[in-house]
This record gives sequence, C-alpha cells and structure tokens, in this order.
Amino acid sequence: MTVKTLAHKLNAKELNLADPNREVERIYAGDLLSHVMGNAPSNCVWFTVMTNVNICAVATLTDCSVIVVCEGCIPDQLTLERAKTQGINILSTVLTISEAIVRVHNAG
Amino acid sequence: MSSLHLEYEVEGNNFVSAGQATEKVKFCLKGMGINPADIRRIAIAMYEAEINMVIHANGGKALVDIFVDKIVVKLVDTGPGIADIDKAMTPGFSTATDSIRDLGFGAGMGLHNMKKYTDEMYVESTVGVGTTITLVVNFS
Ligand SMILES: Nc1ncnc2c1ncn2[C@@H]1O[C@H](COP(=O)(O)OP(=O)(O)OP(=O)(O)O)[C@@H](O)[C@H]1O
Ligand SMILES: [Mg+2]
Repeated sequence: MTVKTLAHKLNAKELNLADPNREVERIYAGDLLSHVMGNAPSNCVWFTVMTNVNICAVATLTDCSVIVVCEGCIPDQLTLERAKTQGINILSTVLTISEAIVRVHNAG
Repeated sequence: MSSLHLEYEVEGNNFVSAGQATEKVKFCLKGMGINPADIRRIAIAMYEAEINMVIHANGGKALVDIFVDKIVVKLVDTGPGIADIDKAMTPGFSTATDSIRDLGFGAGMGLHNMKKYTDEMYVESTVGVGTTITLVVNFS
C-alpha cells in the first residue's frame, strides 16, 4: 500500500508527507537506533516511539518509506524541520506499536 | 591512486550535527552513480562510527577516499580509546549512559553493524591516545 493509504488506516496525523505515493513493502518496529540500522529493510514502514532528530538520519540511511511515531508521541520541532528538508515521510498515531502493526498487517 | 579525497571534522557531543559527514559522503556517492545497495552499506557503517566519535570520543575526523572500485573511510579520534576491543565488538556491550540511551543509542550494536555492512573493517585503539576505525566497501 502507499504511505497515504497507510496514514488513513492508522488514523494518523500527517506530520510531513514528502512522498505520499511511496509504496510500503515491509513492516519494522524498534527504538534502539543501531538495531533499526542493522535490521530495518528498505521501503518499510518503521514504527517507533523515538522522537529526537536522529530518527531522520536513521530513516534516510535505511531508506524506509515512512516513520510512524506511535503512542501519541510527537517529534520535536527540529525533527520535523529535518524531515521537511530531507523529504522524509513522517506520521504520528495514538495507537500502540502492536496495535498499529496488526492494523497494517490486516490491511494487507 | 585515490580519485577523490574528502575530510570532515566531527563535533563531539553534538547530536544535532551528528551524521553530517556521512550525509555528505552519501550525496557524493549518489552523484557518482554508485550502486544504491553499496551506498546504503557504507553510509550505515560510517554513521555508526561517526556517532561513536560523537558519543564516546568527544569528536574526531572522518577521512574518506573514494576509488574506482571501493570506498575507504577512516574515523580518527583522540578520545579515551577502547581497552578491550573484542569485548567492545560483542553485540550488546555498551558503556553509554542513560541520557545517551534516551536518544536511542547504546544498544551496543554499532561496531557489530560496521562489521556486518562492510567488506573490511579494522579497529586500532590505544587507551588514553585514541581510536581509528577503518571501513572498506567494495563497489559491486
Ligand atoms: N570511538 C570510540 N572511542 C572510545 N570508545 C568507543 C569508541 N567506539 C566505541 N567505543 C566503545 O565500544 C562500545 C561499543 O560500541 P558500539 O558502537 O558497538 O555500541 P554503543 O555505541 O555503545 O551503542 P550503539 O552503537 O548500539 O548505539 C561503546 O559503548 C564504547 O564503550
Ligand atoms: Mg555505537
């Protein structure tokens, strides 16, 4: 599905939609950045509760399709600015990471 | 013969500027038309090493040489050094503080990732003198 569709399924707040038509092919969840960099596949949706600016670097490096910040967490201003300049898709949802994963999985 | 040599200063304990050297190298490799999978490998490995200098060594230098067939990145710092390199390389080993962990670092997976994503990796370190990490990725 596309990032735009994913945003609808998760009732997510669209914090930055740089490329809404980008395809999401895989699911990855994690907060410790070195684990994410070691294992997140390209073109995945990355579920996390981390909100600081380093998530932008990690999203760019792993080439994930979209960051979804879960549990109502909202990234700080610096993170949002960086996401804009680097063209990173970033959403926020009140769902927990496991609820979000189930929804995406069930949606195919 | 080096076709392109680049050098960057990496500031210690600055998490806002951290990753800029890697970002610039990545941009450069993209412009040169290097295979995206190879760019991904060296970028992740270099970012891990760059962040380590930021967190553990109060900054340092990144020295980059891009050849026709490979990239060699040296991360040189004059930080505290690593007493037991084998132990540091063990997945899960970390001396990061709680405030560093709050930023998402400190899983103890950085050196492991560098090894995983590169074709060659060398760690030279002397306590009280500093650490030099060398990362090599061959272009496919
Ligand atoms: N440049 C360095 N100078 C001094 N010590 C270092 C340096 N790089 C790594 N270390 C030591 O090696 C340990 C392991 O490094 P590694 O990158 O694997 O994990 P980490 O940085 O603690 O956590 P992570 O990389 O998963 O966020 C560090 O906790 C630190 O003690
Ligand atoms: Mg590290």
